[in-house]
Amino acid sequence: MSETKTLPTRYVTQPGEIKTSSGKTLRTDEMIINMGPQHPSTHGVLRLEIVVDGEIVVDIIPHIGYLHRCFEKHAENMINYQQVIPYVDRMDYVAAMNMEHGYAVAVERLLKIEVPERVEYLRVIMAELQRIASHLVAVGTFGIDAGAFTPFLYAFRDRELILDLFEMTCGARLLYNYIWVGGLSHDLPPQFIDKCKEFCTYFKPRIKQFNDLLTFNEIFVKRTANVGVLPKDVALNYACSGPMLRGSGINWDLRRDDPYSVYSRFEWQPQLGKGEMGAVGDTWDRHIVRMREMEESVRIIEQALAGIPAGNVQAAIPKRIRPEAGEIYARTETPRGELGYYIISDGSGSPFRVKARSPAFVNLSVLPEIARGGMIADLVLIAGSVDIVLGEVDR
Amino acid sequence: MTAAEILENVKSEFGDSVVESKLDVLQPWILVAPERMREIAYFLRDDPAMQFDYLMCLSGVDYNNGKLGAVYHLFSTVHRHKIVLKAQCTKEDAHVQSVSAVWGTANWHEREAFDLIGIVFDEHPDLRRILLPDDWEGHPLRKDYKVSEFYNGMNVPY
Amino acid sequence: MDALQNLGLWGSILIAVILSALPIIFILLYALVTLYLEMKVAAHMQDRLAYMRTGWHGTLQPFADILKLLQKEDTISSEADKKLFILAPYIVFMGTYAGFAAIPFSSMYIGSNIDLGAFFIVAVSSLVVIGILMGGWASNNKWSIFGAMRSAAQMVSYEIPTALAILIAVMITGSLNLQDVTKFQEGGIQNWVVFGGTLPLAQKLLLIPFTVVTFLILFTASLAEVNRTPFDLPEAESELVQGFNTEYSGMRFAMFYLAEYANMFLVSAVAVSLFLGGWSSPFGSLMSGPIWGLFWFIAKGMVLVFLQIWIRWTLPRLRVDQLMYTSWKVLTPFLFVCIFGVGLILVL
Repeated sequence: MSETKTLPTRYVTQPGEIKTSSGKTLRTDEMIINMGPQHPSTHGVLRLEIVVDGEIVVDIIPHIGYLHRCFEKHAENMINYQQVIPYVDRMDYVAAMNMEHGYAVAVERLLKIEVPERVEYLRVIMAELQRIASHLVAVGTFGIDAGAFTPFLYAFRDRELILDLFEMTCGARLLYNYIWVGGLSHDLPPQFIDKCKEFCTYFKPRIKQFNDLLTFNEIFVKRTANVGVLPKDVALNYACSGPMLRGSGINWDLRRDDPYSVYSRFEWQPQLGKGEMGAVGDTWDRHIVRMREMEESVRIIEQALAGIPAGNVQAAIPKRIRPEAGEIYARTETPRGELGYYIISDGSGSPFRVKARSPAFVNLSVLPEIARGGMIADLVLIAGSVDIVLGEVDR
Repeated sequence: MTAAEILENVKSEFGDSVVESKLDVLQPWILVAPERMREIAYFLRDDPAMQFDYLMCLSGVDYNNGKLGAVYHLFSTVHRHKIVLKAQCTKEDAHVQSVSAVWGTANWHEREAFDLIGIVFDEHPDLRRILLPDDWEGHPLRKDYKVSEFYNGMNVPY
Repeated sequence: MDALQNLGLWGSILIAVILSALPIIFILLYALVTLYLEMKVAAHMQDRLAYMRTGWHGTLQPFADILKLLQKEDTISSEADKKLFILAPYIVFMGTYAGFAAIPFSSMYIGSNIDLGAFFIVAVSSLVVIGILMGGWASNNKWSIFGAMRSAAQMVSYEIPTALAILIAVMITGSLNLQDVTKFQEGGIQNWVVFGGTLPLAQKLLLIPFTVVTFLILFTASLAEVNRTPFDLPEAESELVQGFNTEYSGMRFAMFYLAEYANMFLVSAVAVSLFLGGWSSPFGSLMSGPIWGLFWFIAKGMVLVFLQIWIRWTLPRLRVDQLMYTSWKVLTPFLFVCIFGVGLILVL
């Protein structure tokens, strides 16, 4: 793949000069270094072209598209609305349940149908379990970026239990095809509720253990406090969402503020970054927001488990989905932020246009703004705190 | 504010640029002229009664009747109201004024619309392809897109 | 050794070669054990089991690793500076191995009983910096250069706390010769320098805070000398792929690895000899003697190596400017205070 060799003019290096005491002139240049598509720490195939002056980052030019799989074109090509669900899974493969949930909510609004209560409760449980699993990946890999290898394994050990729960329900550990338009593909197996309750009681002290090991560690705090500060106005202007927005202190959570499903029935609080260890909106704040969101998810799951109504999860699945011509934009809260689906229907059985507004794509665009002026070591941490999944960025 | 009031506000400022609107659907939309997109965007963002400070999504669409369009989903975190803006242009003269100076997030969204649909956003600071390789030919999400046979010597369809 | 001097020229050369080859045999055996230990300790701390299949609980794994590294293809990138590229691992290893000459393994064996022991070790182990710079530069890879620059800055900065800490031990014991320092600490755990040395009780109690702090600082600075977490920025896997090691593969990479492990033991050995009593038994005359001395020395060295491994898998890493800050603005002033305090106590 040949890239254009000429960069736009504002990226051309400006040579500087230093005069030594003996009168000679040393030229210092900015160096363009490539944190290439294959790199242990860019969380996938992301290419960051960094212009550095020594260790200080002067500019960053992200290049994406290495994982582009033409999701939107697939969704238009003569497949019906239900058949889009497996494609939607594969966009953000770390949080597949939330992607399916978002799509199902969008199509159900377009069709103007209601789903049974049991379906809503189960969807909430699955979505929150998936949120915990996704945050565990995020904080684990964030630890590796900072150099702590052990918390990653602790996080994955706990994530295994969640994946076991998913496997028990729908047979898959990562890409589920579980939440369909109008219902679910399978009902719960009989031992699910007990195992889920067991998991919730097991997991709460694990969060504390993780915090003791990593979050409040002196070296980790020094690495992450005051690094990558995202001011509130920049966050809103760049349409950041999820833990990035809440980490900067903005009290905004789609589960409460643009309600969907039955989240309004449970007692829980969106978690905000308060600048406990440094400026409001630094990487530590985003990290602690994710940790605390996991605790809140456990609360929601326990409340939901206590009140699942009986019912048939497949009762409302339409035999044939043929919405009338129209369009809708529906958004839900995934672990990464606001996931939006803009679906245009032309009255036939297959969508006319499906645009997936993925949170990681939008959050990544703010990276050059917040990482300028820091060091390369900081850039790695900031990119880790944005929590991108390239499948979602590139679709 | 309701969609009707927002429409009134926009019409009072930019009367002739508002081409069409539809208020009785799930999500009311306003179709405006593509040449004045940025002014309208500034107005919507800065007017104290509306304050649309959050651009939720910017999508490019190929309407399959010779027209391309950009759809803007706007939201106000202050007043908690939403509106949909649309701009349409023909395939031959696919130009819409860029709003990346108004909302920073529009930068990448417009690059993606340019990449996949082919709409050129005027006065965009850095309009190049984002998801596809820089030397790709064609705009894949168009309805009449034909996959090219060869790309850099490799057989594309297999 | 004096009795063997009348063996003639060739005889004495042969004896010299045999005696100087003993540390390398030790290093090779020790590296095998430490490779295994590192992986197993890391695994058990991370709630998993490491190697279980090669041999009983994976004990044959280090041999398999060495075999694999030996038979790998030897790649040198075409733009690399070939001579420097090939020379770099050997210089790194040489810097470390030369230091082993002045380490007293037991009362009966020390490679070279020079009166400048500690000074010699600190000086010669600085050669490692040259090797790392060569390796990073010759790789013709921007990431390697980053790693090499950071490593050079780090090692040079942390020489200062190391030297000052050694100075404090020398002040208490009165000699740079490591064999004499160890003999000074004979007689039991209460005579170790970290607990004040063989001085009157009043002076000892006053010295203990200073010596404990100095020992901890020496340990920390030695972590930085060997490029281990939390100071492993030069080889930071998350940022620089493998730092200055990136372009190396096969036998040359094995050489760097061996040098790193040897360096780990070297700095532990220096700390043990100066502060923890070297080859002397902690129980005084019980379990002491030349062979027991070897056992005690290796055991104490391995405890410190285990500590280094433990810390590596627990803590995140420091950023480069925080690293420099720690060395120049935290460790060095602390050591100045300690030197002043120890000097005052010794004089009064």
